[in-house]
Amino acid sequence: MARSAPQTLRTLTVDGLDALLQALRRRGYRLVGPTLRDGAIIYDEIASAADLPAGWTDVQDGGTYRVERRNDQALFGYPVGPHSWKRFLFPAATRLWRARRTDQGFEVDDTREDAPRYAFIGVRGCDLHAIAIQDRVFLEGPHVDPAYKALRDGAFVVAVNCGQAGGTCFCVSMKTGPRVTAGFDLALTEVLEDGRHEFIVETGTDRGAEVLREVPAADGPPDAADAIERTVARAAAQMGRTMDTTGIKELLYRNLDHPRWDNVAARCLTCANCTMVCPTCFCSSVEDTTDLTGEHAERWRRWDSCFTMDFSYIHSGNVRTSPKSRYRQWMTHKLGSWIDQFGTSGCVGCGRCITWCPVGIDITEEVRAIRDSEAPPPGGTAPPGHDGSEEPHDA
Amino acid sequence: MRDLSDLLADHPFFRGLRPDDMALIAGCGSNVHYTGNEMVFREGAAADHFYLLRHGRVALEIASPERGALTVLTVGAGDVVGWSWLVPPYRMSCDARALEPVRATQFDGACIRRKCEEDPRLGYELLKRFAGVIGQRLRATRLQLLDVYGTRV
Amino acid sequence: MVPVPYRVLRVSRDTHDTVTIALEPPAARDTPAAGTGFAPGQFNMLYLFGLGEVPISISGDPAKPGALVHTVRAVGPVTRALRGLRRGAVVGVRGPYGSAWPLGEAAGHDVVIMAGGIGLAPLRPAIHDLLAQRGRYGKVVLLYGARTPGDLLYMRQLERWRGRFDAQIEVTVDAAPPGAWLGHVGVAGTLLPRAEFDAARAVALVCGPEVMMRFAIADLRHRGLAPEQIYLSMERNMRCAIGLCGHCQFGPAFVCKDGPVFRYDRLAPFLGVREF
Repeated sequence: MARSAPQTLRTLTVDGLDALLQALRRRGYRLVGPTLRDGAIIYDEIASAADLPAGWTDVQDGGTYRVERRNDQALFGYPVGPHSWKRFLFPAATRLWRARRTDQGFEVDDTREDAPRYAFIGVRGCDLHAIAIQDRVFLEGPHVDPAYKALRDGAFVVAVNCGQAGGTCFCVSMKTGPRVTAGFDLALTEVLEDGRHEFIVETGTDRGAEVLREVPAADGPPDAADAIERTVARAAAQMGRTMDTTGIKELLYRNLDHPRWDNVAARCLTCANCTMVCPTCFCSSVEDTTDLTGEHAERWRRWDSCFTMDFSYIHSGNVRTSPKSRYRQWMTHKLGSWIDQFGTSGCVGCGRCITWCPVGIDITEEVRAIRDSEAPPPGGTAPPGHDGSEEPHDA
Repeated sequence: MRDLSDLLADHPFFRGLRPDDMALIAGCGSNVHYTGNEMVFREGAAADHFYLLRHGRVALEIASPERGALTVLTVGAGDVVGWSWLVPPYRMSCDARALEPVRATQFDGACIRRKCEEDPRLGYELLKRFAGVIGQRLRATRLQLLDVYGTRV
Repeated sequence: MVPVPYRVLRVSRDTHDTVTIALEPPAARDTPAAGTGFAPGQFNMLYLFGLGEVPISISGDPAKPGALVHTVRAVGPVTRALRGLRRGAVVGVRGPYGSAWPLGEAAGHDVVIMAGGIGLAPLRPAIHDLLAQRGRYGKVVLLYGARTPGDLLYMRQLERWRGRFDAQIEVTVDAAPPGAWLGHVGVAGTLLPRAEFDAARAVALVCGPEVMMRFAIADLRHRGLAPEQIYLSMERNMRCAIGLCGHCQFGPAFVCKDGPVFRYDRLAPFLGVREF
């Protein structure tokens, strides 16, 4: 992805950041950003920089997440939590239209309430790519989704260069971060060095520049560009996971009957957590309802998951009845067929599916197991088709 | 009338057989015809023949005392009918009934079988071909058994 | 992407569980987008007020734009309600959606059609089109298989087509009561050796239950057709019909927008993979 043209970097103090948020509010944006609630750093509406989780971080690994105090007052000193921005651009439930009975049968009303204009504060590289991927799904195919388009068109994006990666992060492998390169109006880099606590600001769009002009920002500092690189290099060095994506689509397509799917199926609860927390998963169900009088009907779209049994229902049967086939569908779609469908991987390396899996299934480990089974490491004795690194499980 | 060897040489079933094999088989063939509703062979009868249908359709049936003759498959021009002559116990496995006037070439399976016993190479050639017929019957029967057009309720 | 109310012109009973419904579009001035134009192989989403929506192939004659025709088999709540509709009832229609049979590419070629059960319905518009422009094509063969004689669709029409003598129309059933059926017994593939077409210059159109299609394709391949000469119409769970809801994925394809008609070579690696 091309870097934007060289530009003058600006700097905000912590107060300056709040001034930026207030400038966005004055323009009619509803601020959405990270905030601490119920023991997790989630994305929700915020009023000011004071709502950001100052001094908090989190510790993540397969199936575990907990917040911890940092020994500084960083506002963005944690990787991503359970929420992603799709919650706002692609809400979990959307009414597509309503209809009422008439003499002519029925009349459909698909007018939409004005979509809220959100300003997203603190969008990481992985999540910027996730938004771009959902743009491809909902905006760049033959059919444009009007609900998504309205929300997306209204959104203002303040990105943040990650200075803190987590135990399940692998954006470096997926080439989505930690440096943000495109898809933002403004991008922040939080610098906490030698007593400094400030935000270097890069401008991505004209409207970003316009907002920034209303805020007391200073030029520089002289080492701003280096400070950005130092920050993202720190995060890049902290990646808790890696994934080799070489020929991954072909790898998965030629291993649809691999014994590893049985192995993962023995652990998978088909709870659908991974699809709910995934920032790119876009599957939805369509539900038609009526009120008790039978005079009014509505159509709702709700998040659905390929892990549910009915997802693959065709008359009088479900195509994917076994957990094995449903996990295989999710993973081969995410990492393989997504490339055929949308020209990009469906995975951004955010690690949420690993952290929020109740049994700690790790997509990077599943890929590795299949890959290693094809080419045993030198000196390894695992025969093809079986992996020597099976995790213990009750079978 | 065309020579029977020419007819056989054009048929996919016999394609690739050596000329002397072809001549042998043609030498065991004779033309037969059946009127509509006439039995071609009966279940349990000695399987001494097989047939190459040239015109008209034949129903392969299994008779059931309470339901009558149940048609399992209908075959027609170009089809080879009868494989039991090659496999012990050399008994026909169903009834075959002409559904309309049928012209066919009937081959003396008992004679060819004796040649096959003497010449395993010829036996293998023919077994391969008839195993194909048996396989087709088996596949078709499986598909019928699956009742793929029915709904699962 | 909202359903447009169409009125039921007539409902004709095809079999004990299948009806053919002709729908009349609303007056053009009310809804300029509504119409009956479609390409053979495409489907519509049919909506019953408050009850739900189902994808149904268009089964009518593309040259007769007066009505939109669908053949519906009652297998679930919505299709059962559709079967019970009377003249004058209202059905919501979204569409047409999906890919079409490759009739343009088939010009100058022999066309062999293998249909199983309700799979004849999405092929019927193609047959109408082939026979209407008979001179554009080489030989035309239809091999149609159903469960029993009572399950056969469009029998009068099949007889009329057979009476034209410029197309080979063969009908077969899996089972028939003794004495009542003089036609073929056996799956559609058993008719293939007697179908008159040149495998080297043929295009095959296949639609039916997935198992039937797999067997039919194997038979066509045995007869000498290359994967690129075979087209099939797939069925998966289609909810939105526009490639957004994700339900109908079949490997790289969204059946609703990339299909339902696919060239076989595109799906070959995945067809037959269990629970795919």
